[in-house]
Amino acid sequence: MQIEEIVNKLDLEVRSSAENLRRQISGGYASDLLSDVMANSKKDNIWITLQIHENIVGVASLLELAGIIIVNGREPDETVIKKAAEENIPILLTKLPAFEIVGKLYNLGIRGMG
Amino acid sequence: MNDDTNKVTQLVEGREITRVHELQYELKIADVMTTDVITISATDSMKQLRELLRSKRISGTPVVKNRKIVGIVSIEDLIKCLANREENASIGEKMTKTVATIYDDEPLVNAVVKLNEYGIGRLPVIERGRSELVGILTKEDIIKGLLKKLEIDYQIREVRPDQEGTLFNNTLDAKMRVQFKYDIPSRDISRAGESASVLKKTLKRLGFHPQIVRRAAIIAYESEINIVLYSHGGQISAQIQPNYIKIKASDTGPGIADVEQAKKPGFSTAPEWVRELGFGAGMGIPNIMKCADKMTLKSEVGIGTVVDTIINVDSGPN
Repeated sequence: MQIEEIVNKLDLEVRSSAENLRRQISGGYASDLLSDVMANSKKDNIWITLQIHENIVGVASLLELAGIIIVNGREPDETVIKKAAEENIPILLTKLPAFEIVGKLYNLGIRGMG
Repeated sequence: MNDDTNKVTQLVEGREITRVHELQYELKIADVMTTDVITISATDSMKQLRELLRSKRISGTPVVKNRKIVGIVSIEDLIKCLANREENASIGEKMTKTVATIYDDEPLVNAVVKLNEYGIGRLPVIERGRSELVGILTKEDIIKGLLKKLEIDYQIREVRPDQEGTLFNNTLDAKMRVQFKYDIPSRDISRAGESASVLKKTLKRLGFHPQIVRRAAIIAYESEINIVLYSHGGQISAQIQPNYIKIKASDTGPGIADVEQAKKPGFSTAPEWVRELGFGAGMGIPNIMKCADKMTLKSEVGIGTVVDTIINVDSGPN
């Protein structure tokens, strides 16, 4: 599934890298611990978190994640958006809490394992 | 020593890897070696060696028996024999029996490292499997091979013998196994991850397997985060070779009181502000251990901490 599809179906707000939404998603990972994401997420995963500081971009870029969904209506700073644009990492916002958005992603067929 | 330090710094400051670096990884020994090897037999005499060196204008040659290498003999050995009037001695008596060799399928960089490490002028090339001598490699072969690949019109006569060593040392000494060094300031969390990102790009460009790249990037990232969050500042350095990657993270204190505890998943001394950023879950060092084939952590309170890791490249995904 492409990022574009989840953006449209889940009404996500695209904050960076709008031109990069054709990227394929391999699965999903939800965590607010950066080391946990480092250890356990996989390439091309969509990452669901409430963290909004700029290290999320570093982590996503290093692990080649497909994009980041930031939950609870939280807004990252302009510096974070700029960095994400430089690194080609789509940052997507939702007002929903993590539990809800993960459930919806699961219903669309995105899995965390396998 | 000073010279050495400068060389490392050069490579670090010029974070870009040059085409010459890449070629050393891309080209195989077989691509640049001389296949037409002049050899001598162990039963020949030193007198015959003198004639061979003179007529072929070479300064040494492998000693072979049934296409297998049994030793190497050089002009120095000949001079010693002449001085002792032992011209009639057999090659077998006077040759060096332990020979540094290289396989034909190894990357060129391995030869550069070996020639420098042992301070030798030539490396016999062995075919993997059959163990037979298939070629010989000198510094000149390496330079010729690289220049040819770079499509630079190489006129051998333009390089005088006395310049040859300099050219070699300037283009490809042992420091060109890619060294990487990055200073990490304390508490600057916004820049954390830079060294990992540069290391990742470097490894990717050198053509390492994505899993290896990922493991190295995670080690560098976690080390960097530790230095930023918990130390007075430090450094990440890496030594990259085709068959292994060594990453060293060192800081200038305050040091870890209980190292065994620090290795346990979940153990953390992180203050609240660190935890709020999503760090400090006690996963850093366990993550490093998971990604490394070998890790050693040394720490002294008041002095600092050093984490040494090795990834064996043929070990594949961990």
